[in-house]
Amino acid sequence: MRSDTVNARVAKLVEESMGADVRVSTERAELLTAFYREHEGRHPVPVLRALAFLHWCEHKTIRIGPHELVVGDRGPAPKAVPTFPELTCHSVEDLRTLDGRASTRYRVDDDDVRRYERDVIPLWRGRSMRDRVFGHVPEEWRAAYEAGVFTEFMEQRSPGHTALDGTIYREGMEDFRARIAERKARLDYLADPDATRKGEQLDAMDIACRALVRFAERHAELAEAMAAGEPDPSRRDDLGRIAEVCRRVPARAPRDFHEAVQTYWFVHVGIVSELNGWDAMSPGHLDQHLLPFYRRGLADGSLDDERAKELLGCLWVKFNNHPAPPKVGVTAQESGTYNDFVNINLGGLTPEGGDAVSELTYLILEVVDDVHLLQPQCNVQISARTPDRFLKTAGRVIRKGYGYPSVFNADAVVAELVREGKAVQDAREGGTSGCIEVGAFGKEAYLLTGYLNTPKILEVTLHDGVDPATGKRLGPATGAASSFTSFDALYDAFETQLGWFVDVKVKVNQYIESMYARYCPAPLLSVVIHDCIEKARDYHDGGPRYNTTYIQCCGLGTITDSLSALRTHVFEDRTVAMGDLLEALGRDFQGAEPLRQRLLNRTPKFGNDDERADALMQRVYGSLLDAIDARPNTRGGSYHLNMLSTTCHVYFGTRVGATPDGRRAGLPISDGTSPAHGADRHGPTAVCRSLGKMDQVRSGGTLLNQRFLPQVLAGEDGVEKLTALVRTYFRMGGHHIQFNVVDSATLRDAQANPERYRDLLVRVAGYSDYFVDIGRDLQEEIIARTTQGEW
Amino acid sequence: MTLGLVFNVQRYSVQDGPGIRTTVFLKGCPLRCWWCHNPESQDPGPFVHYDPARCLRCGECVDACPRGALSLTGAGVVTDPGRCDRTGTCAEACPAEARTLVGRSASAGDLVDEVESDRLYFEQSGGGVTFSGGEPLLQWRFLAEALAECGKREIHRAVDTSGFAPPEILLEVARETDLFLYDLKCMDPALHRQVTGVPLEPILDNLVRLGEAGSRVEVRIPLVPGITTDAHIERSAEFLAPLPGIQGVRLLPFHRSAREKHRRFALPWLMVRDDEIPGPTVERWADAFRRRGMRVHEE
Repeated sequence: MRSDTVNARVAKLVEESMGADVRVSTERAELLTAFYREHEGRHPVPVLRALAFLHWCEHKTIRIGPHELVVGDRGPAPKAVPTFPELTCHSVEDLRTLDGRASTRYRVDDDDVRRYERDVIPLWRGRSMRDRVFGHVPEEWRAAYEAGVFTEFMEQRSPGHTALDGTIYREGMEDFRARIAERKARLDYLADPDATRKGEQLDAMDIACRALVRFAERHAELAEAMAAGEPDPSRRDDLGRIAEVCRRVPARAPRDFHEAVQTYWFVHVGIVSELNGWDAMSPGHLDQHLLPFYRRGLADGSLDDERAKELLGCLWVKFNNHPAPPKVGVTAQESGTYNDFVNINLGGLTPEGGDAVSELTYLILEVVDDVHLLQPQCNVQISARTPDRFLKTAGRVIRKGYGYPSVFNADAVVAELVREGKAVQDAREGGTSGCIEVGAFGKEAYLLTGYLNTPKILEVTLHDGVDPATGKRLGPATGAASSFTSFDALYDAFETQLGWFVDVKVKVNQYIESMYARYCPAPLLSVVIHDCIEKARDYHDGGPRYNTTYIQCCGLGTITDSLSALRTHVFEDRTVAMGDLLEALGRDFQGAEPLRQRLLNRTPKFGNDDERADALMQRVYGSLLDAIDARPNTRGGSYHLNMLSTTCHVYFGTRVGATPDGRRAGLPISDGTSPAHGADRHGPTAVCRSLGKMDQVRSGGTLLNQRFLPQVLAGEDGVEKLTALVRTYFRMGGHHIQFNVVDSATLRDAQANPERYRDLLVRVAGYSDYFVDIGRDLQEEIIARTTQGEW
Repeated sequence: MTLGLVFNVQRYSVQDGPGIRTTVFLKGCPLRCWWCHNPESQDPGPFVHYDPARCLRCGECVDACPRGALSLTGAGVVTDPGRCDRTGTCAEACPAEARTLVGRSASAGDLVDEVESDRLYFEQSGGGVTFSGGEPLLQWRFLAEALAECGKREIHRAVDTSGFAPPEILLEVARETDLFLYDLKCMDPALHRQVTGVPLEPILDNLVRLGEAGSRVEVRIPLVPGITTDAHIERSAEFLAPLPGIQGVRLLPFHRSAREKHRRFALPWLMVRDDEIPGPTVERWADAFRRRGMRVHEE
């Protein structure tokens, strides 16, 4: 329940948001389709994209809801989600599936389906990015994709993962336009063969700036018109103020707290409407960005804490009113949620390396606690120099069980970014977005490209390159499992298969990156990410200062334990022959329960501070680094690995048969870098010790889920011990830890009585979701997680 | 070198003293408290516990037992107690953890190595090791050795005791102990003997001696339905108020799960009531100590 400290206006907005159904709006698709029919071929691609965005800004239905102070939506109503047919063109069947499915349903009106079928589908079918990607991929890619060896992010959403630095609070769109013009004046058509292409990009960026200003002006006009007819004087004042703010920003830099909040929101809506990049868009270090406006407002008397919280509450509801775009197929399974992964960073470091926690950081934590919606989610960045008071304050919010804030090691984040080649100031101004991924905010395109199912690769290794589920060959022949005379021989074969599948994936990734660079530039996003203007290159084409491509490796716990079981029982103790073990796995352990129990209980497993298992984890992690880290991408940057799974460990689990660690066929594999379910039996200090043995600084982020019983965290004493646990994990190099604070009985009750638990948020992966909204298999998965304190 | 008999090592113990701790549970106890939370600790030797619900009836334990003490029946595996030598060969063979050996031997050095894994957590939180039981003083030679080893490695040491031990042993151990967690179960001597099986007087005398010897003591009072009364609390508070060395009082809630544990280990359950003590009553009892200037930790 929300406390009575919530401002009345915010409470009404929250109520409206909670009550709104998520639905598909076809308006954007129809505007875009009409625009493309008329204009395609008349302009260079970047300019066409920018003009299409301008067309949308000019013609979309705009709305200022009752009680709102922060305005602008990408759909015509709260939680109305547009589609992006240029990326993925939903079929009539897709739309009906979205409307009919039990979890993460998107309502779709019949009339909209008919118009989609008549107008939208005929133009985009066969030429959307998705159709073009799937039309191109080689057979070995398709076979591995369909077998669940990896997923591909860019088939339904564009490359994204964007968080901003503080530039938009210092420069308005007019300032950006001046920079663009200045850069254009410096183009050297005589000496630079790329000058024409660069000029087109700069033209597109300039149009995008104008488009966003026009979007704001239309809201100013609407507010003025509404004010004229508004009988309530206090609302009339609100509307007048909204109009004033929208006349000012984002054309020019904000002057006060309200204008700063609205600036961010306009940029956010623009970027998530221009394209539907993964992980939406995040403000980055919002507390640092807003601090000067907050302090100035308090000093000159134009702002007080109540008003600041009210404006932040209005912004929070705006995030929640923007669910993720509808996903279908495998992508819906790997990321089945309304959450669009906005993740606000609080605390951490200033670019100069100082402690960034301020009085506004604490105020924002209060808003997080008061409003606690699905979105936005937030995290706290804890550096060695962050005061304990802040971590404890966050702990008191964590204890309430929303699943957030999650907790990051700011010093590890900086070290990871610097290792990837960023300047240290850029690294400190960076942080984590999406779930746990590190990025240099405002200066980097750090793209997730899909998940890699490492237990599946082991399964294929054990079958000489063939998928036992289908009998189809997926990888090279590396020898029958029974022919391996040593564990090392088996491991060598695994490394060969791993290298093969990473190669298959990377080849297609390279193709997709180039496709986006050529056919789907993002001019507005390019305006706000450094150095796209200076390089006169698009965000998708190496324009940003840093350009990273991540492959997300899943199932570290499951594969470590499976390898450990093979080594222990087949090669060392020789209690079971390889052939017999494979046969038992093929039968999903039917009639072999003693064997399964032995594998479960008599195997050194990851997460117990057991050197035998933890050394294997290090070996697997090393192999993943060898296969992925530092490969060149198409944008002048490199591939790195990331260790998150979102909900993909559930999907991947359905594609992997029984595993040598005793896991049954079809059950989820381990999530993130957490131990496999039930494998960790020595409590959270042992789990963190095991994770501490991983050289996490060489990743782009790791993810550790811990589930605690509420009573373990009770009292100030509980918070202090939680704080000490986090601090110690971070001393050992941990990147991230997050907590579900809820007991199994409550979760079972919520399954039985979903209506009574509508606002029960639980930590799923790198984000929280409503427990009653997630699928049954994911609910079971969360209940199955080892609970610290249930001894 | 003395070997100790340990039946559990629990990391991230958050209720057995300050900070994050590792609690080492030693086997054996001279008391027989009706509400005992760790009844498996009472027997001073190791034994094999059998959980028929986990048993797969695979018979691997029967084959493994060198003394032929086991047989597989329709109701599960039956042990001939006369033949069982309690070495746990069967537990090692059991794939399903249906048979587990309660109590393993360890040297002080090995045990402290294990404890020291969590050194960073101890340092960060002001935690350390807690020796509990059973009654750890029953294995006092081993305990003193392990405590001294912890002291050498600068690990904070707590000992959770009933206080029922010869005074010279207690004082010997006290030299290597940074904090005692000292149980005061009942202030009525007759009732104390009835519900714990041992007299109260030596426990009270030892508590006085510890304070005089300069030890720091946190007194722990289990709140037991039907046994803990206002009079008991008042007398405890009066007794403790003038004593030196008392760091505070912790009121321990009664755990109903103790009943299930007694059943599992085939021990008699003598408690008549197992209702929860109402919050206002706990508050009143806490006040009895606070009124006399003592710090009270509640759980």
